[in-house]
Amino acid sequence: MSSNQVALLYLVASVLFILALKGLSHPLSARKGNRFGIVGMVIAVAVTLAITHSIHMALGAIAVGGLIGWFVARRVEMTQMPELVAAMHSLVGLAAVLIAGAVVYNPSAFSIPDPIPAGNRVELFIGTFVGAMTFSGSIIAFGKLAGLGKSFRLFSSAPVVFTGQRLVNLLMAIAMVGLGLAFVLAAPDAQMPPFAAMTAMAFVLGVLIIIPIGGADMPVVISMLNSYSGWAASGIGFSLNNPLLIVAGALVGSSGAILSYIMCKAMNRSFFSVILGGFGAAEGAATGTAEQRSVRSGSPEDVAFLLGNAESVIIVPGYGLAVARAQHAVKEMAQKLTEKGVTVRYAIHPVAGRMPGHMNVLLAEAEVPYDQVLEMDEINSDFGTSDIAFVLGANDVVNPLAEEKGSPIYGMPILEAHKARTVVVNKRSMASGYAGIDNPLFYMDKTMMVFGDAKKVVEDIVKAID
Amino acid sequence: MHGITVDPIITNLTIFVLAIFVGYHVVWNVTPALHTPLMSVTNAISSVILVGAILAAGSGRLDTGSLLGAAAVALAAVNTFGGFLVTERMLEMFKKKEPKEKRR
Repeated sequence: MSSNQVALLYLVASVLFILALKGLSHPLSARKGNRFGIVGMVIAVAVTLAITHSIHMALGAIAVGGLIGWFVARRVEMTQMPELVAAMHSLVGLAAVLIAGAVVYNPSAFSIPDPIPAGNRVELFIGTFVGAMTFSGSIIAFGKLAGLGKSFRLFSSAPVVFTGQRLVNLLMAIAMVGLGLAFVLAAPDAQMPPFAAMTAMAFVLGVLIIIPIGGADMPVVISMLNSYSGWAASGIGFSLNNPLLIVAGALVGSSGAILSYIMCKAMNRSFFSVILGGFGAAEGAATGTAEQRSVRSGSPEDVAFLLGNAESVIIVPGYGLAVARAQHAVKEMAQKLTEKGVTVRYAIHPVAGRMPGHMNVLLAEAEVPYDQVLEMDEINSDFGTSDIAFVLGANDVVNPLAEEKGSPIYGMPILEAHKARTVVVNKRSMASGYAGIDNPLFYMDKTMMVFGDAKKVVEDIVKAID
Repeated sequence: MHGITVDPIITNLTIFVLAIFVGYHVVWNVTPALHTPLMSVTNAISSVILVGAILAAGSGRLDTGSLLGAAAVALAAVNTFGGFLVTERMLEMFKKKEPKEKRR
């Protein structure tokens, strides 16, 4: 195959990747989009195999990795998607580092002149450190998401902070850049030591930048690492002069960046303050100013009665619902209500799950039709005309304090559940949410609290609806 | 090459910047309901780094370089297969309301 043919086929693959993302603009076109992506990948890999001297080792490695990937993809629970995605980011990061290492070791395998020109070394340096930070950062994110904090302190979902942390990070970053420069300027036979030291430094730095970020900010972190993994791929594309890698990396990089932006906006946090971390550490205890106010609590039977007599119900699912694995019970409840002529819809806050779009997937898994599931902007104006807002395992995202100046969460966009005629809230206890502040919604006259595990409560409601 | 030669870094940079713009516009059009599949499919797409790894693994020599390459191939292949498959699994679940007789 001539190199022109290779380049043209890589172009075809790039276009197919763009179409894969484009398909996701609607659930109906999304599957077709995914197929485009698969075809693009098959073309890219087949072309590359065709121009490679010896493909046995690569084929073997593809078989091993592919089997693992296939197995994991089949087995993973939808609640574990954030962990899976974090793990996948780390793999891309590590693969980028290994490829860069292979280039430094043997540039000729990539038709790069030996010794490697300084320009290529700059690109290698960038691709490697981004890849290394993506790898170790994603490992920490994975640990935090998988709740491994008890077995290893760095995986704690609470921010891990120590004095002088930012100074240490800064010094490490400077040292890493210095080693990178040493690699770029090194004599041809002395490149490996500074390259290896720079990579090691980047691994440590990746850990250090993620440990101070708290559990509530994980949706931002996971989006940010998504972005990093793309930039790492692009960086390797630059070093190898491979436009396909550059395009794919840029697509992924911008996608992750946009998701980070959307998540920050939904939490009313600046990207910078998320990165600096420490959020959600001490506030939980400090702001417990609420005097013992009384709430009106009811039984599942009371709720069933209310729901059965309503005309329109909006369900506000939060992560508590997913933890309790109550999606299927909720769907059953909604179905029963629909059969009684009640209009049931779901209102999704952008940070309802632990990663962007997570709650939508969880509801889809429970076979909730996607046209009943509405985004915050689509449904917020409908709360005022709804009989019941049923809040299940959500807290901060329905906190009306967000509309009050001076409150710690002022400005955060919320689902306006408090505007419904009646509000029903299911929680396990009166504990506060991630933001650690009290929620006046629970004390409103029109609010009924149902305490207990979401799954149990909803199942009881289903039984009580006749 | 004849005529004016441009440093490949500049060509690459051109491609890179234009691709970011394409990505920016395409991703803003992704419906928020599909943001999780978006992430898993981008995981799969970024595993195209496989292309570089195959070249490293296929140098024809058995040395550190090709072993690093083979390891990278295996890691990236996990994402290729896992990413596309799990995306497919998720997208299959997004269904419209079915007609009543089909539901139980």
